[in-house]
Amino acid sequence: MKIGFYPGCSLTGSSREYKESILAISEKAGIELVEISDWNCCGATAAHNLNKELSVSLPARNLALAESDGIEELVVPCAACYNRLVMTQHELNEDEKLKSQIAEKLQMPLKNKLKILNVLQYLEEYFVPRLDELIKKPFEEEVACYYGCLLVRPNQVIKADRWEDPMSMDVIMQKLGAKPIDWAFKTECCGAGFSMSKTEIVGELSGKIVRNAVNQGAKAIVVACPMCHSNLDMRRPAINSYLKTKIEVPVMYITQAIALAMGMSEKEAGLQRHFVPVSFSVNC
Amino acid sequence: MSRIGVFICHCGENISATVDVVKVAEEAGKHEGVAYSTDYKYMCSEPGQTIIKQMIKEKGLTGVVVAACSPRMHEPTFRKACSEAGLNPYMCEMANLREHCSWVHDKSDATTKKAIDLVRMLVEKVKFNKPLYPIKVPVTKTALVIGGGIAGIQASLDIANSGHKVVLIEKDPSIGGHMSQLSETFPTLDCSQCILTPRMVEVAQHPNITLMTYSELEKLDGFIGNFKATIRKKAKSIDEKLCTGCGLCTTKCPTKKIPSEFNAGLGFRTAIYVPFPQAVPNKPVIDKENCRYYQQGKCKVCEKVCPTGAIRFNQEDELIEIEVGAVVVATGFNVMEPSEFPEYGYGKYKDVITGLQFERLASASGPTLGEIRRPSDGKIPKKIVFIACAGSRDPAKGIPYCSKICCMYTAKHAMLYQHKVHDGKSYIFYMDIRAGGKNYEEFTRRAIVEDEVNYIRGRVSKVYEENGKLIVKGVDTLLNARPVEIEADMVVLASAAVANPGSEELAQRMHISYDAYNFFSEAHPKLKPVETNTAGIFLAGACQAPKDIPETVSQASGAAAKVAILFSQDELSREPVVAVVNRSAPPVYSTCVGCFMCATACPYQAIGEELITDRKGNVIKKVAKVNPGLCQGCGTCVAFCRSKSIDIQGYSNEQMYTEVMALLNDE
Repeated sequence: MKIGFYPGCSLTGSSREYKESILAISEKAGIELVEISDWNCCGATAAHNLNKELSVSLPARNLALAESDGIEELVVPCAACYNRLVMTQHELNEDEKLKSQIAEKLQMPLKNKLKILNVLQYLEEYFVPRLDELIKKPFEEEVACYYGCLLVRPNQVIKADRWEDPMSMDVIMQKLGAKPIDWAFKTECCGAGFSMSKTEIVGELSGKIVRNAVNQGAKAIVVACPMCHSNLDMRRPAINSYLKTKIEVPVMYITQAIALAMGMSEKEAGLQRHFVPVSFSVNC
Repeated sequence: MSRIGVFICHCGENISATVDVVKVAEEAGKHEGVAYSTDYKYMCSEPGQTIIKQMIKEKGLTGVVVAACSPRMHEPTFRKACSEAGLNPYMCEMANLREHCSWVHDKSDATTKKAIDLVRMLVEKVKFNKPLYPIKVPVTKTALVIGGGIAGIQASLDIANSGHKVVLIEKDPSIGGHMSQLSETFPTLDCSQCILTPRMVEVAQHPNITLMTYSELEKLDGFIGNFKATIRKKAKSIDEKLCTGCGLCTTKCPTKKIPSEFNAGLGFRTAIYVPFPQAVPNKPVIDKENCRYYQQGKCKVCEKVCPTGAIRFNQEDELIEIEVGAVVVATGFNVMEPSEFPEYGYGKYKDVITGLQFERLASASGPTLGEIRRPSDGKIPKKIVFIACAGSRDPAKGIPYCSKICCMYTAKHAMLYQHKVHDGKSYIFYMDIRAGGKNYEEFTRRAIVEDEVNYIRGRVSKVYEENGKLIVKGVDTLLNARPVEIEADMVVLASAAVANPGSEELAQRMHISYDAYNFFSEAHPKLKPVETNTAGIFLAGACQAPKDIPETVSQASGAAAKVAILFSQDELSREPVVAVVNRSAPPVYSTCVGCFMCATACPYQAIGEELITDRKGNVIKKVAKVNPGLCQGCGTCVAFCRSKSIDIQGYSNEQMYTEVMALLNDE
């Protein structure tokens, strides 16, 4: 089985363990993820704040490239990339004129009918039905499933299950054997791009998220977005200084939890790349 | 040979300023079949009408065209004038020279030309007019009132006091509705039960009112003045005549943990129960769904303890057919289940409750006897947050409308809380304070100024529990527009008012229209607020749109007045503008082929069958027949009829065709 794969910049840099784990579990499940050839930036944050045309044409080129590679389904693990690609597809389908303009600019044909999947949708479709067969060691931990903003918004386009209190990740984790906790910060802002410019804001916003997760008994925070991960993990010193205490709860990608459950080693899952140490090998 | 009179009105200057009325009259006079034509400054005035009457007599006119304003404005005036002069009123037509011509065009020859055309069309139409006579329908002077809340109670009492019979049906075991659940009422803070319960008793004792509780409308047939209603009287499993309402059975019933509907789920009731102590009638019913005997086949404790032997386990639902002349629909509203918004935690946290539940907490007859105690541990909350517009005015939740009552009852709730918990702090998150109404604004100001309720203008994004407190995360959009977090002990959601479940089906059963939110539609938003589009069916209260008690009572009295007007006549006279299926001499009898496409198209169920028989009674032909009592003259059947066998009287195919041809055959 061949499915298209758009990594985006994060998965080649700060969150390469996300890529490693998703490729590892896919390979083990017999799914070949084919990277789009010559892909470019999705335009996240910078482009759609500054230049409308660029914010559409950057993702559109990736969509057109995927089409020319003969891809029908495309997995986009980074939530920001996913959001930009889906939004672009939506905007172009709503506006035929814009679509032909962009296609002309790209000098590429664009049918714009690609099925774009984020990681949760990819897992739901290709892993959840086969979990019994794939899981070797159930991931029996209390986890806080953290969705962040981009996986569920804007709801008019994304159509997430319950955008104020989504459940899709909780359901997957539960099937993995975990106990998803009931908590309140599933979709709160992590501070996003302030990670670079105003780290103390990230410390406060992400701090509140981490604090609520810990108070509700989470042993790990599970995410599906590189931005969320880096803010909750890499910015832990800022979080700790905001909370005036040292919080040890690790943050991991959902694909890493699946990798562990499928019997892979911590290294295969890429757990060693985190700032906050993760170790579930004893329990699993 | 037609002798038609044409009367052109100046309407002061409304018409004459842009249309050359003298020329229109002159041109009309030349038209074939026109016996007389003139113009006058105010045709509708006494002298204007006199001209028409005189000319009918003098010239022996067979038809009249008044070219003036819209027929909506003065058709009745001119038709009456004609009939006073001995002409059948339906031989009078109006050409609308004001709304359709002078008001919408500038002065020009073309405008005058259009006026001439309009008059010519109507002259040609009148040539084909036939004398029509109002339809007489008998009236059954009994009203059916559906719903025993304050709307139904008020409507029933008003109709009954005007001397007519009323059948009041209520689906629950007791009348009283939502009003009986309320603690105090705004803006006077008088006790809801104190003003309601005497009315409930009055209903039960009124000689003109037949009260049927635990009953629902199964079917409604017929038409204005002549409805036939089938009512399902659900089995109460008791003999009401024998039961004395002593209440022994309810104290002995072993199934005690059923959430009480009356207490909005904050208390419990038994399987055999009276909803509340002041219920009318004060006799219990057995809730079969929860009764141990009905579910498991064993128990019958109530039967054993009943001193009068009134329990009847084998009682079955009864279908009762009654004839009524009018129906008042007063089925009320419901509160939206706040589980629609997981972000507020309703259903997850015990101390997040709805406004209706707070009413029960604040009510002297409630589960806490009027003390404000939170459901989780019975403690008195020291900090309470009210969230207005929980669902209302929020298209994302599917409810873009304002529920209207929440601003006022939330202010009342905060006030009651402050009166009962002196050291407590209350906060209200709101979008706008909508306090339009007599003494309403003063009331909310009182909450703010005298009772020191903290109003925060902004929305709440989330309510969650941490360390035993409910954290309310919101925003204060005034001043610095800052995020707000309040650690509350209890949260009250002013959840949206929505239509009752099942109202869609009920509307379809009665053939009345309803809006996108399943509230029943009034016939006209301003001028016919209590009528429905179906003649003889009226609306009262929150089944039409969310409304407060004063408004509900006014509307109920309005509906009752409409019923009384209807019942003031022995026969109803209706406009004869209805559909008729043509009939002709044998051997055709009618061009109707009996396909009954019309019957499927008719929105009013006005079309039935007619069998044409010979003298021996053998059926020759089956054709459609329009019931003139039900027909509203909408014309849908005319458009559907494949053999052009149906006409609307006064607007026949022939008349319409002539009008169009008159316009096309420009002279």
